[in-house]
Amino acid sequence: MEKTILLEMKGITKRFGKTLANDNVNLRLYKGEIHALLGENGAGKSTLMNILLGIYKPNSGEIFYKGKKVSIKSPKDAAELGIGMVHQHFELIPTLSVAENIFLSMGRGDFILNRAKMEETIRRFSDKFGLAVDPGAKVWQLSVGEQQRVEIMKLLCRDCEIMILDEPSAVLTPQESREMFKTLRKMADDGKTVIFISHKMNEVMEHSDRITVLKGGRVEDEMPAGDATVERLTKAVVGSRTLSKTVRKTTKENAHVLLEVEHLHVRNDKGLDALKDVSFSLRSGEIFAIAGVAGNGQRELAEALAGLRKVASGKIMMNRRDITKMNAKQRISMGISFIPEDRLKMGLIPGMNMKQNAILKKFTEPEFSRFGFLRSKPIKAVTERFIETHDIKNGGMDLPVSMMSGGNQQKLLVAREIHCEPALVIAAYPVRGLDIGAAEAINNILMEQRNRGACVLLISEELDEIFEMSDRVAVLCDGKLMGIRNTSETDYEEIGRLMSGEPA
Amino acid sequence: MSIGTIQIEKKHTVPLKNKILNPIVFVLIGLVFSSVLIIAVGFNPIAVYSKMLSYSFLNLRGINGSIKAGLPLMLCGLSVSIAFKMNLNNIGAEGQYAMGAILGGAFALFGPELPMPLRIMVMFLLCAIGGGLWAVIAAALKAFWNVNETIVTLMQNYIALLFLDYLCYGPWMAKKQTTAISEAIPKEMYLPNIGNSGISTGILVALGIAILLYIFLKYTTAGYQIEVIRNSRRSAEYAGINVKKYILIVLTISGAIAGLAGFVQITGIVHRVQAQLPGGSGYTGIVIAYLSRFNPIAVIIVSILLGGLENSCAAVQLMGVPSQIATMLQGSIMISVIAGEFFNHYKVSFNRNTVISQNKTEGVAQ
Repeated sequence: MEKTILLEMKGITKRFGKTLANDNVNLRLYKGEIHALLGENGAGKSTLMNILLGIYKPNSGEIFYKGKKVSIKSPKDAAELGIGMVHQHFELIPTLSVAENIFLSMGRGDFILNRAKMEETIRRFSDKFGLAVDPGAKVWQLSVGEQQRVEIMKLLCRDCEIMILDEPSAVLTPQESREMFKTLRKMADDGKTVIFISHKMNEVMEHSDRITVLKGGRVEDEMPAGDATVERLTKAVVGSRTLSKTVRKTTKENAHVLLEVEHLHVRNDKGLDALKDVSFSLRSGEIFAIAGVAGNGQRELAEALAGLRKVASGKIMMNRRDITKMNAKQRISMGISFIPEDRLKMGLIPGMNMKQNAILKKFTEPEFSRFGFLRSKPIKAVTERFIETHDIKNGGMDLPVSMMSGGNQQKLLVAREIHCEPALVIAAYPVRGLDIGAAEAINNILMEQRNRGACVLLISEELDEIFEMSDRVAVLCDGKLMGIRNTSETDYEEIGRLMSGEPA
Repeated sequence: MSIGTIQIEKKHTVPLKNKILNPIVFVLIGLVFSSVLIIAVGFNPIAVYSKMLSYSFLNLRGINGSIKAGLPLMLCGLSVSIAFKMNLNNIGAEGQYAMGAILGGAFALFGPELPMPLRIMVMFLLCAIGGGLWAVIAAALKAFWNVNETIVTLMQNYIALLFLDYLCYGPWMAKKQTTAISEAIPKEMYLPNIGNSGISTGILVALGIAILLYIFLKYTTAGYQIEVIRNSRRSAEYAGINVKKYILIVLTISGAIAGLAGFVQITGIVHRVQAQLPGGSGYTGIVIAYLSRFNPIAVIIVSILLGGLENSCAAVQLMGVPSQIATMLQGSIMISVIAGEFFNHYKVSFNRNTVISQNKTEGVAQ
């Protein structure tokens, strides 16, 4: 097949202050291909795409579109050229219908929405690319997967030729993402050019035509998907850094039951049932994973166990003691540690410094305070110990933690949470958004906790992580526990089915 | 076609030089603006300003006056500061001041004649209790039912001030008086001056509280918890901090400090209870707290400066400048300093060539 170059980015360089986010990057897109952009967080993938969309202006470099030099100054310019993007966080108005949302995104001068014509167009694209979308449905009624399809539909209706998708599979079950990639393939076959950002090597090799790997703002490698191997991609993504894995120890036979959850009902912030009749038990010395697409009750479960959310009905027992009514402070002293999902909203205080964050849960202990006064020396010492043991990079102990990178923030948080040798560690998406190095470090810490005899409740939506780490896995879907499996006796397929709500 | 955009960025650190230079520049801007008004009513702004400066700050008597006028402002500023330290918008210092004055004043006027050091100490405590209890109402509503403390404390101000008015126009009004003012309190309860400086010992109360607050906020576990709650209530709850308890404690302390403004004013300066005793100090306290960035030591200094401004604006009336203009002068200086604070914390830049920058920083650096 004759391949024509649709777009070329040449020598793109973008600086943010002292940081070089893109360093002389060249990217070439052919018409009708699926191009994967692979790299760790902070490798410069999003920056590059934002430049293509006109959100950022590069410090130097040129962009050629269909052979002509163009200057993209704003997202409007990009839209006129036919470049559009599906962001990780969807930009939809929940109270409007699908058709109305799409109409809005077209930004045309039409005063009145020609509903019939609009729905006609949507149906046509629906059939052509296998994008099941009901134009009349309100967006708030749609699942995350359906909302993503609406976002793709928006680009189609705008006649986009280049479609950028930012980590499109992150919010989907394995089955849903397979469907999504099928749609992308159909669009590529129709002549559209698709770029998707990802950090998962498997899906990149499976679904793309060509792969560009970014590392530290530079293009590290570029290849046709056919030439890609896991070794080559790993080397390009992480470089020569070697990752050490903590050896898993076999579970002791006499591991005792640590925590029992019985018929737990919990409501979410809107007062709706978030957990429905959930029962399970946790043993010491195991990693128990909760799989499922985010937003199916995971957050409520974690907060209910940590004592931060009221239990509507049901019971939580720890070491045969009923702790259902205990508050957060009492549960901390019972040995429950919690690594929350959004560390800057809960868990860390972004505006306060490392020392202040390091003692958040222990400031009343005699080690750190006497007669109500803080003792600065031991506080400094414990912070230094955290920094050393966990190799936390920082600009100084007195700077606010908001100025540290995500990986180092998480290391600090985790260091604090395991410092008191907890019996139970609740870890909600502990490696989400971290680069591979930091993620490995966090996973190693969790594995060490397990081997020490603690129980780790690992909430995650990454099946790779779950299968690598956990001893047992439970699946949450729509607030219900779909099933519990020994990780060694199940596979992606079965867990994926449970995640989408199919009964076992 | 691009019009250019204005970008606003938050600064992380403010050099001390800017902290000092910035208000001076903006005071000057305020003065320039006011000159227009002064010229419009037919006076020479230079003459007016030099009169103001010499009256309030360039001699001992003037400085004494500034400190005297600043004294109730200090306590109100401290009261507001500690509440705002925990994001509690206590704008009720005015009313808490009044309630402190009422309770303490009642004791001074009608209470038993206790032996001396005890008598003044009881009054001190009653002023604090009056202000504190008045604030507890708003605190409890906030802590247990999440009722907006801004509105509650504001409404309480009206109640407290009108109650004070009622007492001073009614049952407490001194005989042979036409103004709403009580009899004088017993002579022995007058706060002495420091040596022969003419400065009331009330300043020691304000200084002492400022230092205690500074230590409390900076070095105690309670101060640490307040800081955590201010930054992130969710993280505070996560750490097992009892947020409700701290709402009650902090608002009560805040109210008690405002109540002490009543103590220093009655025993140190007025020696009576009178209607409209707070006279807006509680609200000026909010301005002072902001300008001092809630730093108790800075509150003392800013209060003296604002006290001096108030005095000097009164002084220019002696030159024949209408009182309304004097008040406008005071207002425009305060507004420009407050507005100027913005530039201490944000950097503003103008871009000629439009680049639509998102208001997020990218996680590029690892």
